[in-house]
Formats: sequence, structure tokens, C-alpha cells
Amino acid sequence: MTDSATNGVPILETHGLTMRFGGVVAVDDVDFSMDEGELRCLIGPNGAGKSTFFKCLTHQYKASAGRVRFRGADITGSHTYQIARRGIGIKTQVPSVFDGLSVHENIWVAARRHHGRREANRIVDEILERLRLDHLASRVVGQLAHGERQRVELGTVLTGEPELILLDEPTAGMTHEEVNQTTDLILEINKTTSMIVVEHDMQFIKSIAKRVTVFHQGAILIEDTMANLEKNQQVRDIYLGKQHPA
Amino acid sequence: MDTAALLIIEVLNGIASLALACAGLAIIFGMMRVINFAHGEFMMLGAYTTVVCTKTLGINIWVSMLIISPIVVGIIGVIVERTFIRFFYGRMIDTLIATWGLSLLLIGIVTAIFGNIIEGVSAPMGSFEVGVYNVAQYRMVLIGIVILLFIGVFLVLTRTKLGLIARGTMQNPAQASVLGISTQRVYMVTFAVGAGLTGLAGGLLAPISQVIPTAGAAYVAQTFITVITGGTGAVTGTLVASGVFGTVRQLLSYEFTPVLGGVGLLIVAVVMLRLLPQGITGKIFRRSL
Amino acid sequence: MTVLGVNLRSWETLGTALVGLVMLVLLFAGPHIFDLFLLFKVTLFVAMAILALSMGFIWGYGGILCFGQSAFYGLGAYTYAIAVGNIGESTGPFFLAIIVPAAFAALLGYFMFYGRLSDVYLAVVTLAVTLILYNFMRSTAGEEYVIGAQRLMGFNGISSIQPINWPGDGNALFFPDEIFHLAMGCLILCYFGLKLLNRSHFGRVAVAIRENELRAELLGYDVRLHKLQTFTIGGGMAGLAGCLGVNFNSFVNPDVFALNFAAEIIMWTLIGGLGTLVGPMIGCIGLLMLKFEIGQQQITNTYLIFGGIIMVFVLAVPAGLLPTARMLAERILPGAGFGGPGGGGRQEAAR
Repeated sequence: MTDSATNGVPILETHGLTMRFGGVVAVDDVDFSMDEGELRCLIGPNGAGKSTFFKCLTHQYKASAGRVRFRGADITGSHTYQIARRGIGIKTQVPSVFDGLSVHENIWVAARRHHGRREANRIVDEILERLRLDHLASRVVGQLAHGERQRVELGTVLTGEPELILLDEPTAGMTHEEVNQTTDLILEINKTTSMIVVEHDMQFIKSIAKRVTVFHQGAILIEDTMANLEKNQQVRDIYLGKQHPA
Repeated sequence: MDTAALLIIEVLNGIASLALACAGLAIIFGMMRVINFAHGEFMMLGAYTTVVCTKTLGINIWVSMLIISPIVVGIIGVIVERTFIRFFYGRMIDTLIATWGLSLLLIGIVTAIFGNIIEGVSAPMGSFEVGVYNVAQYRMVLIGIVILLFIGVFLVLTRTKLGLIARGTMQNPAQASVLGISTQRVYMVTFAVGAGLTGLAGGLLAPISQVIPTAGAAYVAQTFITVITGGTGAVTGTLVASGVFGTVRQLLSYEFTPVLGGVGLLIVAVVMLRLLPQGITGKIFRRSL
Repeated sequence: MTVLGVNLRSWETLGTALVGLVMLVLLFAGPHIFDLFLLFKVTLFVAMAILALSMGFIWGYGGILCFGQSAFYGLGAYTYAIAVGNIGESTGPFFLAIIVPAAFAALLGYFMFYGRLSDVYLAVVTLAVTLILYNFMRSTAGEEYVIGAQRLMGFNGISSIQPINWPGDGNALFFPDEIFHLAMGCLILCYFGLKLLNRSHFGRVAVAIRENELRAELLGYDVRLHKLQTFTIGGGMAGLAGCLGVNFNSFVNPDVFALNFAAEIIMWTLIGGLGTLVGPMIGCIGLLMLKFEIGQQQITNTYLIFGGIIMVFVLAVPAGLLPTARMLAERILPGAGFGGPGGGGRQEAAR
């Protein structure tokens, strides 16, 4: 965690981040830190608090306690849109897109937030091509398949050229081929952008992961490389062992 | 001392009439999410039933108010639900316009039959004295009836199989029909019960309010505001909201004017919704009914 | 091929052009084809159509269900009446009648949107505010309720309101045909103004927010501010409608704040078609004409007829007039690009 990045300041850190719902502690005193340029994977069983953690980072939930720092600046109390403007993009677990608008309009609305009209049009074309959505450009997003909607959402996130992207289950609902394409895409995006990826698909995690954080019951259980984690009996017991008995 | 006692009676009475007027809507809108813009007209129908039964047919007023009014309006509710409302389930906004048309139609029908004016009924029973003041006994009885009514509705919804089926169906119709429940019938029965309660309210309020075809208009806004401020917990929310609004309205009416009482109610509603954007039960009693 | 951001190929544009043409023809021909009585009526319809447009904009595009759009209409009407009663020259009052309701909308909007009110809760707050104004205005019959030289008159309403005059000359009052021209001109401006707005970045974001608030926010849009702006524009436009409305018969009373009127505006929009601009105008004029027509027949029972027609209508044309017409057209001419209900031309790309 203390590996030095170029300037030494972690791109994202949380201190004692806690989210309580009534009596349930969904995120429990999480101290998280990652360096610039990193591709971090979050794993953990259902209900481990991964999505809630994301929602606290982007202030969709107001954390009960703790602080969030982005590039050294405290963003704990910032509004969701301010956090987005600072450069954190998120793809939510259930694709959050503009269902009544076309694919083109979805991405245009995202791009136009950062760019002038002409530049926005150019970026939309670029993104459509990059995510292989060009043939769907005029289709209404609400009528698309789950995997396609995922890509549209990713497209809207990418147009803002965020410095940190949070991906919550990016391959859910995708075909095998689409998963492979997404893997390549994520690795490519990671060349310029830091990322946190939540996933259940272990094959996928193995193919992209460098460093992995394991969530368990709202807290960070362990943080290590994928290779080491696979040998870790505790992790196998609570997560890997149960889902992948091999 | 006498004034204080009178004021307490006034406040309780204000709460009771508001809660009574809201009871049916709490079921139809609160539970079923059907915006019944004809709610006031259902009340008006209940009032007319009571008036016609006692004045024209010479039936005992208690029987008219407590039994015939709810049954008649309940039956009207079933007819309206089967022939009209059921086409609009799940389309909340369309229901608004549909029931708006219905409300105008009902006013039209009643006007066509009875004309613009009908001789009202007077409150049964005499009055008793609180110090120098006279208080109609009927108003006291009304408070008691409303308390019993809400206890009854609450018990039916929580303790009986029927109530459980109704609540389950409203929350997840797909699941309910998988379990072999005829959701259509549940909707029909629930709507009928809501309409019946509304008819009951109309009947009970008939002796203490003006009975004219357009009387419903006076109730629509305040009942919707009360039920919506109550939030998702239809019964508790409505009761709590009625408690707050009734108190505010009655105290202001007593201290200043009835107009100010009405304005006060609205202002409190606006402020409460600002503080609790999901209504009272959206935040405070989250798991309540 | 685009001109002013308008895609010339789409049928949508053809429709807009047609609407514009009809309005222009009316603008010039109106006073010649209508007799005086009819001209008054049409002027009122035009004012109401502006009100319908404002509702169609904030609800159909902005996704804000305001149950009190009439409040801004009423405020505009009262503002004009009070201001012109004090000042006597109508230029200032005319603009005040837009600014005051817009400011009130901004204030109310700030209160609601920054408190995260939405859906039925927002509807109920706006309705409550409207009814507060209703109750208040009805109770101002006494002589103590006076603003400057103008008494509020309570439930009697303010009558003999001085009509609009040529700017700068308080004695050169508008004749009925000039008031008609003014109203029609305002309607044309509002319609095309909103058309352009809906095609602009601002309008597209408004629709995006209607579709998914969370996503808009996650992309960095300040949803609260955006809704506030949309709401304020709608408020100002409704105020303008109110100002023109009092010029129709020089009279305003608290009924502009009543529940019935508030509900009617919603019905116009639904009947015409939510998510379009022409729809609410058609719904508004259609419903008003129906009401006048039924009122003129010597039928004793207008409620019965009116209610019945609405019930049959909502069963037969549930999506509203314009979207239904579009659907039919789409069926006859598939792929012609009539646009869906609710996006203002979804088919075409956003450029």
C-alpha cells in the first residue's frame, strides 16, 4: 500500500469509512488506499459491502463516518456531481443509463458536459467506435441487451476522461466473447487511468488483476496479489472455496 | 378550564374528521397507488346515500350512516373498478385524468337526479355542556367511531389472512399471482373496501357538513395532502399526519380564522415534506404499515 | 444537412414548420377572420396555450410534475393587475408579470429541489402552495389589503384592469386586435424558443435528467440546479400567460389559484401528449373549446357530458393525442422518423 507512485500521493484513500443502515454495518471502518495508475480489483461474497463502498466514494450514500481523499483533497462532503467533476467516473452495478434516449444521445450528453459542441461530436464518434457501438447509435438504449447497456454506460463514463474509474461488475450479463473484449478494453483504459473493479467472475479477475482487495462483512479482510490470495486458506474458505470448489 | 376542555374536544374532533375523510384514500392511494381524483365525489355519494335513506326512505340515521352508505359506495366502487379503473393499474398519471373524468361524471349524475340542492340531515343526539359551552354529543361519538375504525383497519391488515394477501399483492403482484392469488380479485376487493370506507366517511360527515353535488371538491386536496405527507405507511402515516394537521388547523381556526387554519395546514404540510421528503413514514416509521 | 441545429430531414422539423406556419397565418389573419367576441376568446386560448407550453416543457421534458403551474399564471395575472394599477404604464408591469412568477418559481424550486423533493411529494407541495395562495387571496377583500394604490379585493377579484399600452405612452392602450397580436407573437416566441432550447445542450440535459437523475449526476451535472433553471423558465412563461390572460377581459380573481384550474392544466398536457410541445397546446385549446361548446348548448348538465367525454377519451387514446397520431403515422410510414413520445425526436442523432 505504501508503494510509492510518481508523486507519492495516493490517488484515492479512505480513513475509517463506515456506512451503517440502522443496525447493519455495511461498510465497517475501511482504510483503503491505492496509487495512481493502479488497476485494483475488489472481491468478496455478496453483501460484503463492495457496492456500498462505491456508493460512499461517490456520495450516493452519505457515509456515517470516515473520510475520503482523492489525490490528497478531502472529498468526503462533496456532492455526487462535484466528485464526478473532480474526475471519478463510475459504472454502477445495475446499468444506469438514459433509457429513453438513443445510444448516441446518451454518450453525447456525457461528452457535452466536458467539451464544446464540435469536440463533443468528435468524441462521441470516437467512443462509439472504440466500444463497437456505432451500429447501435440510433437505437433507444432501453431496448438493448444487458451487455450492450453496460457498454453504453461505460461509454458515458469514458467521455469525461476521468482519472479514476470505478467499475461495478462490468462483465455481468455479457457473452463470453464480450467478456474477452471487455478485458482488453479495461487493460487498455488502465494505461491512462486508475481503476477499481468489482467482479465475481474469477477468470476475469485473474486476467486483469495485479493487486486484489478482499472485502468481507464490510471490512477489508486482506490485500495481496492474486497469486498469493489463491494460496490463502482464509480467503478460499470465505469466498473462493465456496464458489469455486476446485 | 372550560375553554381548554372545549379546545381539546375541538382539536380531537378536527383530527377525527380529517382522518375519517382520509381513511379510504389511505387504502386506495396509499396502498394501491391509484390516484383517485374522485375521492371527494365518493364521499359525496356516501353523504347523499345517508340523506336519501333518512329523509326519503325514513330509515334510522345510524343504520344509514354506518351500514347503508359504506355498502352503497362500496358497490359503486366495485362497478367503477371493474368497468373503468382496472384498465389503468400501473399507470399512475393516467389514473389521474381518468378519475378526474369520473369525478365530473359523478357530480353530473347526482345533479341530474337530485338537482343542485338537497335538504340535509341534522346530527342525531343532543348536546352536553362543558361549562358555559354546548358541545354536540355527535361530535364525541364521531371521535370514538374513528378510533374504532382505524383500530379495525389496522387489525384487518395486519392480523387477518385477507389483509396479508392484500398487502402482499400490492407490494409484489407478480409474486402473489405465482402463489396462486387472483390479483384481479384482490384489487377489486381492496378498491371496494377503500370506496366503502370513503362512503362511510361521507355518511358520517353528512350531518356536520354541507351536502351538495360539488361538496367533494373541498376534500380532494386536503385528503391527498394528508395521505401523501403520511408517506408509504398508509395507515400509521395517515393517522400521524391527520394528528398533526388536525391540531394545527383547529388551533389556528380557534385562535384566528378558519381560513388561516386551512393555510396553516398547508404550510405545515409543505414544511414537513421539505424536512421528510419521503413523507412521515418514509423516514421515521420505516417498517410500519 | 443542418440549419441552426435543426435536422432538416426529419418529419419532426416538418411538423414544427407546419405549426409555425399555422401560428403565423393566425397572427396576421386572426383579426380579419374572427369577429370581436371570437377574437377575445381566441386571445384567451392563446394565453392558455402559453401556459400549456410551460407545463409541457417542465413536465414533459424536465420531468417535473408541478401541480401548481396555475400558481405562476395567477401570480403573473395579479402582478400585472397590481403593478399596472399603481404605475399606469404597462411596460414595466408586463415584464414584472414575468419576473415575479419566475422569481417565485426560483424560490420555491430552491426549496424543493435542494431538499430532494420529487414525484408525488413535489406535486403535493406545489399544490399546497397554490391553495395557500387561493385561501390567502380570497381573504383579502378588506380595505387593509392594498398594495400601493391597488386593492386586492379578495374573492371579488380585481376588475377593470388597464390593458397593455404601447411602450412609453400610457394613453395609447392596445385595441383587442393588438392584444391578440401581442399574445400570438408571444406564443410563437415561446414555442420556437422552447424548440431551440430543447435541442440545445441545456434541453438535452433536462431530458437526460428526466430519464435518469443518478446517471446525470454521476456524469457531473448538478441536477438540482438544472431542475431549478427548468422550473424557473416554466414559471416565467406561465407568468407571461397570466399577464396576457388578464388582458383578455381585464379581470382576475382568486379562482386562478383554485384546485380545478390547477388540475385542468395537467389534463391538457396529458390529453395532448406528454413529452411534446404541440400536444399540450392542442389539449388545452381542445378542452377549452369543448368546455365553451358544452356551456353554450342549453344542456342543463355540463358535468355529465364533460366527464363522460374525458372518460371515453382516456380509454380510447391513453397515450394522448399527439403521440397516438405519431404512432399511427409510424405504422403507415415505417421508419419515416416521426419521433417517439417523450424525447422530442429521439430517432435523429443529437447534433
